[in-house]
Amino acid sequence: MSDKDKPVIDEYSGVETTGHDWDGIQELNNPLPRWWLWSFYACILWAIVYWIFMPSWPLVQDYTRGALGYSQRTVVTNQLAALAEARADLGKKLLANEPEKIVHDKGLLEFAYAAGKTAFADNCAGCHGSGAGGAKGYPNLNDDDWLWGGSLEAIETSIRFGIRATHEETRFSDMPAFGVDELLEKEEISTLVTYLQGLSGQPITEPEVLEAGKLLFADNCASCHGDDAKGNREQGAPNLTDAIWLFGKDKKTIYETVHTGREGMMPAWDGRLDPVTIRALAVFIHTRGGGE
Amino acid sequence: MANQNSSPPIQLFESRRKVFPQKIDGTFRRLKWLVMIIALGVYYTLPWLRWDRGPNAPDQAVLLDLEAKRFYFFFIELWPNEIYFVTGLMIAGAVSLFLINALFGRVWCGYACPQTVWTDLFVHIERLVEGDRNKQIRNDRSAWSINKITKKFVKHSAWILVAILTGGAWVFYFADAPTLFWDLVTGQASYIAYIWIGLLTCTTYLLGGIAREQVCTYMCPWPRIQAAMTDEDALNVTYRYDRGEPRGAHKKGTSWDNRGDCVDCNLCVSVCPMGIDIRNGTQLECIHCALCIDACSSIMDKIGRPTGLIAYDTEANIERRINKEQTGWRPLRPRVLVYAAVLAVVFIAMGSAYFSRKSLDLAVQRDRNPNFVVLSDGSIRNGYTIKVSNKTLEDQHYFLTLEGLSGHGFSEVGSQDNDIEAIHLVVPGNELLSTRVYVAAPSSNVKSHSMPISFVLTEQWGGPKYRVNDFFKGPDL
Repeated sequence: MSDKDKPVIDEYSGVETTGHDWDGIQELNNPLPRWWLWSFYACILWAIVYWIFMPSWPLVQDYTRGALGYSQRTVVTNQLAALAEARADLGKKLLANEPEKIVHDKGLLEFAYAAGKTAFADNCAGCHGSGAGGAKGYPNLNDDDWLWGGSLEAIETSIRFGIRATHEETRFSDMPAFGVDELLEKEEISTLVTYLQGLSGQPITEPEVLEAGKLLFADNCASCHGDDAKGNREQGAPNLTDAIWLFGKDKKTIYETVHTGREGMMPAWDGRLDPVTIRALAVFIHTRGGGE
Repeated sequence: MANQNSSPPIQLFESRRKVFPQKIDGTFRRLKWLVMIIALGVYYTLPWLRWDRGPNAPDQAVLLDLEAKRFYFFFIELWPNEIYFVTGLMIAGAVSLFLINALFGRVWCGYACPQTVWTDLFVHIERLVEGDRNKQIRNDRSAWSINKITKKFVKHSAWILVAILTGGAWVFYFADAPTLFWDLVTGQASYIAYIWIGLLTCTTYLLGGIAREQVCTYMCPWPRIQAAMTDEDALNVTYRYDRGEPRGAHKKGTSWDNRGDCVDCNLCVSVCPMGIDIRNGTQLECIHCALCIDACSSIMDKIGRPTGLIAYDTEANIERRINKEQTGWRPLRPRVLVYAAVLAVVFIAMGSAYFSRKSLDLAVQRDRNPNFVVLSDGSIRNGYTIKVSNKTLEDQHYFLTLEGLSGHGFSEVGSQDNDIEAIHLVVPGNELLSTRVYVAAPSSNVKSHSMPISFVLTEQWGGPKYRVNDFFKGPDL
């Protein structure tokens, strides 16, 4: 043994030092605490037992499955299946019941509301907003104004088949582009816009054109929006006399609507969501306050 | 390295020296037995006490029903939102500890702390199996033999049995005790119950059997806090060194003049469960169990000297005796009065809060997304979630009305009636009802973007009105 390899003993404590010296301060090489060492050994032992029983080592194509065959994926799948089974009864009841009954049955309503709320956040909130408050071009689902009807059935149909969607039963309406397609002159559109603003009770600046506007409306708009301009849900034509304007009620926006037309799009969810979820969504939207 | 072998190495770490407390009888030992019987008796029997609350509530006197989220304590029933009573109880517990500490020192540690009670029980079991101090020491040092192994096995088995019973009693506080007992025996209880029993069995065995005095010395914060809070007028287990010193062996028949009463018999050290020498003065490790008082008194009786060489006394009294002054105890000190006042305030606050609490809670949560909805006729609508907790055991009928908004329409989701004056709510006993209501008003009546309104809940057959203030939001004007 050379002198270099000889352990250096600290003269005060009698403990071996690491041999390192910083400005005369030496580091003692105390052994690890026993409780720490035994915990460490226990952990190693635990790891080996774990390798045997639980999935642990990654292989090239696969991984070691472990003697217990445990898999978190299976656990989740089973939990989801159990959940679906637990909900199956309520779901069946939801589909079997008349819409009227669902809305007034506290138990069913609670179930549908909870399921619908989650489904809404996952699928609808992107366009309609997390509180279903809508945005420009995306209807507010809390109010009592409905393009295609606000009964539970009508709401459900809108969700299932969509508006101007790819589904073959989709709802379809067409607001012509009166300006772009040169159906009306710019002056005529302006007159019409003033008339429309008056219809919904907005203050207007040129009352003298109202008569002309009325004629233009009867010739061009009444076929869809109705003689009284209250709209037609068969065609998804909005009520033009109320306070709710999907794209905006200012002069410029209404002009743009008449000039260029509007083509909002609502996807069809039939096939993408199961019937129970769609029914739950319809109930959720119906109970937002505007349901009919 | 020159004097490497000349000076003895200093041990930087000291491993635990096992304590073998010797058996002793006396006033305080008997007091400790009494406290132990009461404490363990309460702990084991409390969940089995019945308390009739009527047909819709459990009949267990003390029950922490986590599943139903109710806490029952005799006539008191608490809901989760009343958790502040538990906070109050904890504050009261802490201040009581301070108060008692200012008066009598660490009597909690010495007599009533679960660590002390169970350790005491475990020490007693140890003595029953292995014999008293000297036998235990001899047994511990002897080589392994059938006899030694048997003794150790019996001792640890008994300890584990006590530990299981301790953990087993704990879970009865969280479920109906007779039902749970039967479920536990037949193996049908929830695995959570078994896990808790297992956990508490381990902690009881480890803390009471193995760790013992180390829990108080190293794990418990109270000795540190206590050391900072005690003063020279608190009654502590005290070695009266003014009387005891100079100590030394005493031959029978020789004079007691010019020497202290301490005969250095070491019995006070032998009986100490903490393994300390009280004659070194009040120290952090001392739990003030007073067993050394019993030990010293028995010796003083034997040698015919007055007892009380070790006794409950104050630092101040020792000073007074040295200065030949009148001794005494001053319990009415400013700190005692302050602690007592704080304690009284806490109890009065909790008591008045409990006895003035209502049998009903009304909470209103306004929809914030969207804040308000414009309806097709231009009127403004707000949505609210109403929560009513019925704390009685019977179904209650209430009418919910709205104040502060003229010409409003009022409707409940799921109800057939629209635009009604008052919403009829039926809340089942001991339950919380949650419902959504809509309030709509013509825009001409919405005078600002945020109008204060109140929801008023009236019991159907009269009685007090419950009012919650909220706001009705509208567009910026």
